[in-house]
Amino acid sequence: MASTRTARPPSSNGRVHSELPAAESQATRSVLTRLAGGIASQLQRRLPRADLDERDPDYIREQLPLMWMLASLWFRGEVRGLGNIPDSGPVLLVGNHSGGNMTPDTILFTLAFSTFFGVERRFYQLAHNLVLAMPWLAPLRKFGTVAASPSNASDALDSGAALLVYPGGDYEVHRPTWLSGKVDFAGRKGFIRLALEKNVPIVPVVSVGGQETALFLTRGEGLARALWLDRIFRLKVLPISLALPWGLNVGDMLGHIPLPAKLTVEALPAIDLREEFGQNPDVDEIYDHLIRLMQETLDALASERRLPLLG
Amino acid sequence: MRVASSITVHAPADQVWEFVSDPERVLSFMSGVTRWEVEGDQREGLGARYRILFRIGAAEIGGLVEVVEWEEPFELAWTSVLGIDQRGRWRLRELPGGRTRVELRMAYGVAGSGLLGWIAERVAAPSVVSHLRRSLAQLRRMIEHEQLRAQAAARRAARAA
Repeated sequence: MASTRTARPPSSNGRVHSELPAAESQATRSVLTRLAGGIASQLQRRLPRADLDERDPDYIREQLPLMWMLASLWFRGEVRGLGNIPDSGPVLLVGNHSGGNMTPDTILFTLAFSTFFGVERRFYQLAHNLVLAMPWLAPLRKFGTVAASPSNASDALDSGAALLVYPGGDYEVHRPTWLSGKVDFAGRKGFIRLALEKNVPIVPVVSVGGQETALFLTRGEGLARALWLDRIFRLKVLPISLALPWGLNVGDMLGHIPLPAKLTVEALPAIDLREEFGQNPDVDEIYDHLIRLMQETLDALASERRLPLLG
Repeated sequence: MRVASSITVHAPADQVWEFVSDPERVLSFMSGVTRWEVEGDQREGLGARYRILFRIGAAEIGGLVEVVEWEEPFELAWTSVLGIDQRGRWRLRELPGGRTRVELRMAYGVAGSGLLGWIAERVAAPSVVSHLRRSLAQLRRMIEHEQLRAQAAARRAARAA
């Protein structure tokens, strides 16, 4: 695509001088594009591949007290509807994502899932490649966090595990705080095709409160494009927020100290896609249904809150 | 971390035992318990297994437990097979006047969790103790209320005769 662009050869019709700057600019862009592509492929190669076997139930078990204190004392977390998740077998848990790179809703849900079903039940979470590349986040792998790729998702479900996905990903998790009451998957529907292919039920998981753990100002999509982060790191956003301890926090790469906002998470009844939408279901119809269902639940959860942070 | 609470019930030990040993009745008086399900074919007795969960703070905590002591109607103890480490014990002792002293003990923790585990156990202790006390109070209320109803039924039957 962009890397195939080349400068047109100078012609002899007298327009050579006027076209030169444009040609140079195109050549420069072509070189930069190739460079970005090279860096991206190098980075992808260097990213350690997440292995499903890296999940360590004993490690998770030992971390439960810390997670419990964080979830109970700091976030005053509340998780409802875990009984809606099938007791065994593969299941796709589809959540709305909040709280920037610290993702407090994931901490709370992982704790609740692990104590409810036991750490022995296989449970994986898909995350952005960059999250797994950060050395200080390496322990996430022991919790069952794997890179968000179709093959990892497929392997996880094939192993009979519960798989947590956030289709909105980096786009949704960095939405401005004033859009915290909106479920926004940015039109991503791959998870539905995955659930249909593997014939597994979907359990929508709705959370509220995460977007109050900092003041998220903008996703910075334009900035990410200008810096070619989308091409190099597959990053669609370069978020800007006001967060502890940095003050102005650009990118949130080092994370932040989340404010102690009250978090509530609710798992909804499992949806058997073929049972509810027929043998050859329409992906768009399922997507619209899920978004509507999760948005209504989020509205209901938000209506229970009286004050920001305090809940 | 080990916590305990006790109470005196105006009923004989046999009657208290009927409540504490019946997995179907536990949910009606145990505070904070969200699940107490029989696992497997054995409903009660030594070796019976239950999946139990308590709501403590942000999570429902528990796991699979197995009854390891069954001395009717005085001792019933269980220990965890899966989930967080826990031991629980009902200890019933008969007192003069047809009363029974009922003690409920819980020991819990996560082996290998170190200092943070030690702190978390102590942070959780007030909630756990509060659940134990409420459970015992509800147990006493249920037993004594049932006893009153039984006595009233007996009086009605005697009058009718």
